[in-house]
Order: sequence, then C-alpha cells, then structure tokens
Amino acid sequence: MSEDHHDHKPTGIGRWLFSTNHKDIGTMYLWFSFLMLFIGGGMAMIIRAELYQPGMQLIEPDFFNQMTTLHGLIMVFGVIMPAFVGFANWLVPMMIGAPDMALPRMNNMSFWILPFAFGTLISTLFMEGSAPNFGWTFYAPLSTTYGPASTDYFIFGVHLMGISSIMGSINVIVTILNMRAPGMTLMKMPIFVWTWLITAFLLIAVMPVLAGVVTMMLTDRNFGTSFFEASGGGDPVMFQHVFWFFGHPEVYIMILPSFGIISQIIPTFSRKKLFGYSSMVYATSSIAILSFIVWAHHMYTVGMPLAGELFFMLATMLIAVPTGVKVFNWTATMWRGSLTFETPMMFAIAFIILFTIGGFSGLMMSITPVDFQYHDTYFIVAHFHYVLVTGALFAIFAGAYYWLPKWTGNMYDETLGKIHFWISLVSVNVLFFPMHFLGLAGMPRRIPDYALQFTDFNQMASIGAFVFGGIQLLFLYIVIKCIRGGEKATDRVWEGAEGLEFEQLPSPAPFHSFTEAPEVK
Amino acid sequence: MSTNDGYYIPEPSKWPIIASLTLFVTVFGAVNTIHGTSIGMPVLMIGLISVLAMMYGWFSTVVAESPSYNGQVDVSFRMGMMWFILSEVMFFAAFFGALFYARVLVMPWLGGAGNNAMTHEILWPTFEAVWPVLTNPDNTAFVAPKEAMGAWGLPAINTLLLLTSSVTLTIAHHALRKGERAKLNLWMVITLALGVGFLVLQVIEYMHAYDESMGLTLASGIYGSTFFMLTGFHGFHVTIGGIMIAVMLVRCLKGHFTADNHFAFEAAAWYWHFVDVVWLGLFIFVYIL
Repeated sequence: MSEDHHDHKPTGIGRWLFSTNHKDIGTMYLWFSFLMLFIGGGMAMIIRAELYQPGMQLIEPDFFNQMTTLHGLIMVFGVIMPAFVGFANWLVPMMIGAPDMALPRMNNMSFWILPFAFGTLISTLFMEGSAPNFGWTFYAPLSTTYGPASTDYFIFGVHLMGISSIMGSINVIVTILNMRAPGMTLMKMPIFVWTWLITAFLLIAVMPVLAGVVTMMLTDRNFGTSFFEASGGGDPVMFQHVFWFFGHPEVYIMILPSFGIISQIIPTFSRKKLFGYSSMVYATSSIAILSFIVWAHHMYTVGMPLAGELFFMLATMLIAVPTGVKVFNWTATMWRGSLTFETPMMFAIAFIILFTIGGFSGLMMSITPVDFQYHDTYFIVAHFHYVLVTGALFAIFAGAYYWLPKWTGNMYDETLGKIHFWISLVSVNVLFFPMHFLGLAGMPRRIPDYALQFTDFNQMASIGAFVFGGIQLLFLYIVIKCIRGGEKATDRVWEGAEGLEFEQLPSPAPFHSFTEAPEVK
Repeated sequence: MSTNDGYYIPEPSKWPIIASLTLFVTVFGAVNTIHGTSIGMPVLMIGLISVLAMMYGWFSTVVAESPSYNGQVDVSFRMGMMWFILSEVMFFAAFFGALFYARVLVMPWLGGAGNNAMTHEILWPTFEAVWPVLTNPDNTAFVAPKEAMGAWGLPAINTLLLLTSSVTLTIAHHALRKGERAKLNLWMVITLALGVGFLVLQVIEYMHAYDESMGLTLASGIYGSTFFMLTGFHGFHVTIGGIMIAVMLVRCLKGHFTADNHFAFEAAAWYWHFVDVVWLGLFIFVYIL
C-alpha cells in the first residue's frame, strides 16, 4: 500500500461524524473538553463573583446551588475525563506502535454520546423548577426526596456518560493489551500507557456502580423504592457508600493519566531516563488497588462505627506511600539532569509542587478526628482544586504544549506559552491558597453568603479566579495559532524526547500512525 | 481498510453517530414517560425501535465484513466482550452491595443496635429488625409485604431451567465445533426454550408477588426494593441474553459460523453463562438466605 494512501483523509463534516480515526476522535475529545472548560469555568466565575462580597449580590441562592452543582459535574465529567480520553486516543496508538485504536467505530460512539449527555445536563438550566442544585455528589435525600424534576434528566445524562466512559475504556484496555508492536512488552510501555491501562480498568470497575446508584435514585424518586429512605427500611447513608465506592476510584481516574503525562515530560527536559520506571508502575497499581478500600474517608462525619472510621483512616494514609514514591521519582529524575525549562516542563514542575500541596492537605483530612473540623469547609474546596486544577488541569496543559508540535507539525509560541504559565501559576495560587485559611477558620462550602471576617480572603480568591479564568483565553489563542502555523517542528520535537511517537513518526503524525509495526528493542 | 501487514481498520461508519442519537432519543423518551408528558411514550418507543434497528444494521455490517478480519481483530473482540461482562458484573455488584448493606447494617441500626437506641425508641418503635422485612419502619408510607417470596417453588424451578440451559448451550457449542449442524440447531432451540421458560415463570412469579394476598411490590420497603431491583435487572439481562441466543439460532439456521470461527456465538454464550452465575448469586442471597 503506497505511502500517500495512508494520509487519505475523509473530507467535510463526515470526516468527524463518521470517523474511525483515533487522531480525529482524539481531537474531537480535546475540543469538546476545551468547550466544556469554558462553560464550567464561566459557572466558576459566577460563583466567585457572588462570593466577592458578603451578603447576596448577584444571584439567588438556589441559582448559586445550581452553579456549584453543574460546575462540579461539568469539570469532572466534561473537562478532565474527556481531555484524558483525548490524550489516550491521540497517544496510545502512537506510543505502542499501532495503526489505530483496537475498536475504532466504538471509539467514535463513545465520543458522540458526550455531546448528547452534556446537552441533556446543561439543558436542565432552562427547565421549569430548577437545574440540579444538590452539589455534584448528589447526596440523597437532597437529590431524591427534594430534587427538582430536572433531576431525572440529570440521571439519564449520567447514564449516557457512563456508557461513553465504559466503551472508551474497554477500547483503551483492548488497544493496549492487543495492539502493541512486537517487542513492546508490558514493562517497556511508556508510563503514560501504563497509567491509562490502569485508569481504564478503574473506569470499567466503577462506572457501572455509578450507573447503579443513579438507577436507585431514579426508582426512589419515581417508582416508590426505598433504598435511601429510612422509613422504608433503607438508609440515606447507603447512598454515600455506593456513591463514594464509585467516587473515590473516580478521583484517581482523574489523576493517574496526569501522572503518566508528567512522567513523559520530566525525563525529556531533564535529558535523563525516568528514575525508577518499574516502581512507577507498581506505585500506580498500588494506588489503583487502594482506591477501592478508602471510599468512606469522604464521609467521616456522617456517623460510622468507630472500627470503620479507623480502617478508612489507616487505609487512606497508606496511599501516601505510593504517591510519595512517584513524587520522589520525578524529583530524582530531575536530579543532576541537564534541565531546560520550556513551557511543558514549567507546567510539569508546577504540577509536582502544587499537586504535592494538594496531597498534603489530603493527608491532613485523612486523619479522622481532624477531619471533623475540616469537613465541608473551604479547606476541602482548596484541597480538591489543588489536585484537580493545579494537578490534573496543569498536567493537561503540560501535555498539550508537549505534544501539540507532534500533533500539528508546528511549534507553539514559546513566549506566549510562558506568559500563560506564569500568569496561571500566580493567579491559581491567589485563587485557591486563601481557601485553606477560609476553611480552617470555618467557612462552609456551597453557601452563597458568609460572615464579614471571611471577606478579605474571599476577595483575594475571586480576583485570582477572574485572572485565572481570563488567561485561559490566551491558551485558546495559543492553541489556534499553533494549529494554523508557526515554526515547523522537527520529527523529534524536543532534544531529549524518547518514545515511538517522537523517534519513528514525522511531525505532524500521519493519519494512521503505524501501518507497519515498528520494531521495539 | 486493511493494511499490508494485517492490521484491520474499518472505513468511516455512520453507525456510531446513529447509535448515539438513538440512545439519546430513548433516554429522552424515558424521562418524558416518567414525567407523564404526552410525547413520552411515543418518543420512547421510537427510541427503542431505532436502537434495535441500529443494532441490526451495525451488527449486519460487522457480520458482512467479518471474512476480512484477521486474528488480531478476533482477539480484540474477545477482550472487548470480556471487559464488557466485567462492567456488567460491577453493575450487579452495586445492587448486591445495597442488599448486603441494608441487611447487615441498616436493619440492626433501625432496630436500635449500636448507638441507635433512640432512633428505634422515638422514630420507629414498631420496627422489628428481621429479614425479610415484614414490618417497615413507617408501615403507612411503605406498606410491607404480607409474606416473603419463598425459594423452593418457582425460583427453584427457574434455577434448574437456567442451569440446564447453560449445559444445553455448551452441548450446542461442542456440536458447532464438530460441525454437527443439525445437533447444533436442536440444542440451540432447547436453550432458547429454557430461557423463554425462565422468563415466563418469572412473570408468573411477579404477578403472584404483586397480588394483594402477598403485596410484595417495588414500593413495599427495602425488601421489595432490593428484590425487584436485583431480580428485575437480572430478568432484563436474561432477555438481552435470550435475544442474543435467538439471533445466534437464526444465524446457525442460515449456515453462518464455521467449526473454528464463531466468535459471535461464543460471546453470546459467555453472556448467557454470566447471567446464569448472577442468578446463582440471586438465588442464594435474595431467595434462600
């Protein structure tokens, strides 16, 4: 088959609607995620605007609740997860020496469900009554007895997202296990591929549990069951157990691919091999296994037997060990490397430091008696934004800068990238760091008003939020500029880059990655 | 598109986007049906029919192009099916988890165990912590059933039917591998008949449960909730598995499959064994214990 046939692309809208190409589908995932980032981000701006001053300023309390709910749902399911699936689509076939994903049609279906699912979710804002207003964790009975009518749309939206995620992760697992080039043994796979293999396993294991819990909600709301209704012999606390059995692995679903991205970037710009490759693999696996037995640390204050509180506290602390191994390995990779500081590396280093801060605040909250003070305050808001924004989102930025030249064939604008990095770095800390203090001082989360003494830190956070939100428009500009042109990227792109996608494929990468399996030594 | 050293990449396909659209129409219809709007039921029906039509079309495409598949595609399909079944296992795990949590923890707590003495004394003094629950905490809001569903009537027969159907399916599979097509068709018919028999008996069981003399319904408290959710979703999966078996039977009759190339048949068989195993869990934890 001749070389030019490989680059034969379908044209027009059909190229996207009917695609069976991992790169096109990856691109759609990434743009979808980008769009959702601005929608969910806009909601965050509304929240921070309302919280700029104490007292009710701009919006009604019920609308505030809808904003916190939809902001969380969109950022978790619409931004972070699709972005990582986009990365997986683009990179996994290139990294393992495959022509495409193993099940290309199913791949396209997993993407195209998402616009319908999020269309459904966002349309609840315009429905009679209100949009879901019970927080992204949709605890019963807020979501069952007291949920608005639109909750049923939310439930089916979650079902659709779940179908999409399960199909997507089956595809990733099968691709990794079945499509590797000859010689690419499991322990030779790039860490990004490893982290996605484990992430996909977690998704297949817990997304069905999420489907189960929303189904029980649906029947409790509409068909008279009493799973979460004590008067019928059920228990609202049971909702939290089932939800967090999904929810805690979900947290790692959102961070493990970031670990993978960072583990690709740090060695490149340190010009050294990754320190402790196999320990990275084992650490990732340990984190995944532990993630199934720590869920109740989200619900220390709900009233559990003492033995339960102790078990979940100790199991949770155990997770700090493999995570510490990872942070150590990244640092050791940089140790005595010949470091350069291009934008991806800057984001990666910021990731290590800021994610670690988020990890430490998590460790603080793992201590049950201490958590009684922190629970449902701004401290937890600070914690999960450190791990999700300066963790997952920064890793997405880092990965985007790192692979954009390979994807587009053009270098991004380094100066603008640095500006994006520095302004993001400063503003995100202005935004989230004060929340630690607010939480320790006792400001509750999900409340549109607050006592006067919290004003200063809230104003700081709001200003940080507006700057951080605004600067992402620059990122949009950088990406578009890079796609449309710029200095041509070399095939290797980065001096220290390793891996099949840099060593064996041109920039931009051809439409189908490897039509003949490369030799992997 | 098949590449020169054996990779198989399908051409662009309209089925995925059609599938997404039909799924959306279905759930949109479902919500509207639940909310009682006039368009609900028609939209739901259009959605369900179009989902079935989509599946017919998509699977037909795959069947038609399957001669050009290579061993790698076959392995991908096999792995995909196994992981899909794992996801189904976890779906049932959520409901089994709810059952265990309710029985092991919620019952004693509502009955006053641990530090819940006041919950029992003040809120639900008439509640008795026994399973199956025949007195709900609030017996006016949720009217408890008069009796529990026994294990050794219809459910035991159903266990027998389903277990037998797994055996007959395996006999059919062995026949297929030996190329004995008449035997294959016969045992497939028997398997399907056993599956349908199971569903018929389950409908009879449900009618019996909903009868006033028993009063076991979805709304009769946690016992009814877990009972119908678990057996209902299992019955739904038997229905899906039965459709798979029926399709395989039709394909057998049409002369599809060869002795060593019949992945679709095996996938349907795996699925059937999976619903069988789930039933064993149900029979033990929902009916017997």
